[in-house]
Amino acid sequence: MRIMAQMAMVMNLDKCIGCHTCTVTCKQVWTNRPGTEYVYFNNVETKPGIGYPKRYEDQEQWHGGWTLDRKGRLQLKAGGRLRKLLSIFYNPDLPTIDDYGDPWTYDYGTVIEAPLGTPNPSVHSISALTGRDMDMRWGSNWDDDLAGGPEHAPADPNLTHMQEQVKMEFEQVFMFYLPRICEHCLNPSCVASCPSGAMYKREEDGIVLVDQDRCRGWRFCVSGCPYKKVYFNHRTGKAEKCTLCFPRIEAGQPTICSETCVGRLRYLGLFLYDADKVLGAATTPDVKDLYEAQLDVFLDPEDPEIRVEAARQGIPDDWIQAARRSPVYSLAVRHRVALPLHPEYRTLPMVWYIPPLSPVADIVNAEGYDDLNPDNVFATIDSLRIPLEYLANLFTAGRVDTVRTVLRKLAVVRAVMRGAQLGLTPNEELPKTVGTSRAELDDLYHLLAIAKYEDRYVIPKAHAEDAGRLMSQHEQLFCSLDTEGGPGMGGLGPHSIRSFQPAARADEVPTTQTFRADDGKLHANLLGWNGDGGLPHLFPEGIE
Amino acid sequence: MTTAWATFWWIVLPYLAMATFVVGHVWRWRYDQFGWTSRSTQLQERRGLKWGAPLFHYGTFAAIAGHVMGVLIPARWTTKIGISPHVYHLFAASAGLLAAILVIGGMAVLAARRVFAPRVRATTTPVDWVALILLGIVAVLGIVTTAINAPLEHEYRETISLWFRGLFNANPDVSAALRAPLIFQIHSVAAWALLMVWPFTRLVHAWSYPVWYLWRPYIVYRAKRATSPNEPGTGGRKWRKIGVPY
Repeated sequence: MRIMAQMAMVMNLDKCIGCHTCTVTCKQVWTNRPGTEYVYFNNVETKPGIGYPKRYEDQEQWHGGWTLDRKGRLQLKAGGRLRKLLSIFYNPDLPTIDDYGDPWTYDYGTVIEAPLGTPNPSVHSISALTGRDMDMRWGSNWDDDLAGGPEHAPADPNLTHMQEQVKMEFEQVFMFYLPRICEHCLNPSCVASCPSGAMYKREEDGIVLVDQDRCRGWRFCVSGCPYKKVYFNHRTGKAEKCTLCFPRIEAGQPTICSETCVGRLRYLGLFLYDADKVLGAATTPDVKDLYEAQLDVFLDPEDPEIRVEAARQGIPDDWIQAARRSPVYSLAVRHRVALPLHPEYRTLPMVWYIPPLSPVADIVNAEGYDDLNPDNVFATIDSLRIPLEYLANLFTAGRVDTVRTVLRKLAVVRAVMRGAQLGLTPNEELPKTVGTSRAELDDLYHLLAIAKYEDRYVIPKAHAEDAGRLMSQHEQLFCSLDTEGGPGMGGLGPHSIRSFQPAARADEVPTTQTFRADDGKLHANLLGWNGDGGLPHLFPEGIE
Repeated sequence: MTTAWATFWWIVLPYLAMATFVVGHVWRWRYDQFGWTSRSTQLQERRGLKWGAPLFHYGTFAAIAGHVMGVLIPARWTTKIGISPHVYHLFAASAGLLAAILVIGGMAVLAARRVFAPRVRATTTPVDWVALILLGIVAVLGIVTTAINAPLEHEYRETISLWFRGLFNANPDVSAALRAPLIFQIHSVAAWALLMVWPFTRLVHAWSYPVWYLWRPYIVYRAKRATSPNEPGTGGRKWRKIGVPY
């Protein structure tokens, strides 16, 4: 058993209002530069929708992620290593800028510099790539809020295998938001796809990063990621991706997207997992079992043996304690209400989602049911084939019963807490119908509804105790006298001065030209040399 | 050609180019690994690249293999294993022409998209143009040389090749080089110019062809380790990257 820690995120989709604040703050912090105009480390998609880049979820088109070969072994969907090296000059699976949306800006100068009296000067759109005039045809949020729904939404890859047509009439429409960042997978196919070995997973917290000095711009990570969350900076020619705001995480702060989330729907915390089980889980034969297989990789931090073993393997105690308090572990494993995004890509993603109950409940209400009575809600949840099947295609590789169980549990939390608020007699049997207890439901309610900042973000600081180990040499750049014990600090100064002893033996004539140092040998004293005569012992003279 | 000029073209220039090539690469590796990239433009334009890039690169591999065969392998070795000079030339001329056509064809497509595709053109820096034009000159001279020599059957392995190998013995035979037809001489001089600018252009990505990917474990982990802090005020960069104005 090889225990590793992984920083992970859970997003509660019920609370996402699609305001794009996470997108904007992330953009301002990380990709507000030339070369990354089209790049959104965090973006919010409307589902059903075509996605960013277009139809990125269709791996039959883009060949991202992993698949099993005929012998049942794990291999990259885009092909093996030799195939990559041979197609390195033209990557057949790379999206173009038009799939993301040609970035544009406006020719503001025409307005600012318009002469007085110009009737209504207006700006026109210019390409951020070329500076030329352009027509806007597509962008990262072109289909926001189902804009152009009847044309674009049916192209959603999650709808293609569904038995019923998705309804696009306004009264029957089914819609929610899906904020997406890099999944920081346990089995990242971008890292496996990088021929240069420039991408890596950090051992301490599992954050996946690109080494900008090692990247050679072969761009296989871009096509290898099934979530298309590695981007190519067209100015620097290097890959860039969501960093999970690692400088903030290391300081114990949540990511920018979490910090600024208006709906407070994001949770950050640690998982402990068994790295030896990752390959086996990713190789699970049936994609519908991948969710359960991934749950099996995680280790229970409440298990004393696990804690002892984790400590023995070098995981710091405060990290183990943080793993015990981790909200993401609670939501994903203890309560099983958070689900991975597209587990069928076999990357074991680590940004999980609580599926949205609200759009389902809205339809239930529209049908005239009373969501105070969970039985009615359950019956309707079952009858709502389209949303359930759609959510299952997103989160469980098509396993509808898992999604149904999660939604039922969320419905029961609502029913129980509403009953308590209204002073109704609690139905003691209700928690049992979803296989849980009142205490667990209370815990879930706390996490979902009223969790405070410290409860939503349980982030242990990075251990960088030896970061200062190499500082001493560096400090010379500032003031060599201010080192500990130095003259600037009231001491005698650096080692070499302190050890200056003009004469240490009786038979020696005191001289300003030599001194006997700590090593017992005579050395030339450059400080006391007046420039006359020779300077003996300037160079080592062999063994005395 | 006066002796002084011959010395310059056939001794000074080659050693100057070799020194620039080596020192330039060391410098670039130490100070500008961030700029060490292929700077692919597939994101901006894919249809031209789909044909141009593989044609050019595989053609270049063939051309490099041909140069190794013609310049580094002495004629007596091939004669020894029973390949007559005439058969050698038939093969070299036909394979060389094929490789040259691949290179020139690929280059034509790549140059066309670089000039005429606005998105690609916008990312092209002055040093890219220098590299592209020099590469074009060397390649065109190469195909002209091959074409002229096909009927001529000049045995360059007794002239240019002797001089070239002599460079690495510190004993270059200038008279051997001067015996070669003029087109051979111009081609090799142009090649030195290309090698001189090589370390300062995107051509450095040639040395990063990731062969070791074949053996590497798929998932790379890295642990935190203590490193020297940045020099104050540099943000960790030791030098400004080359050829990129922004």
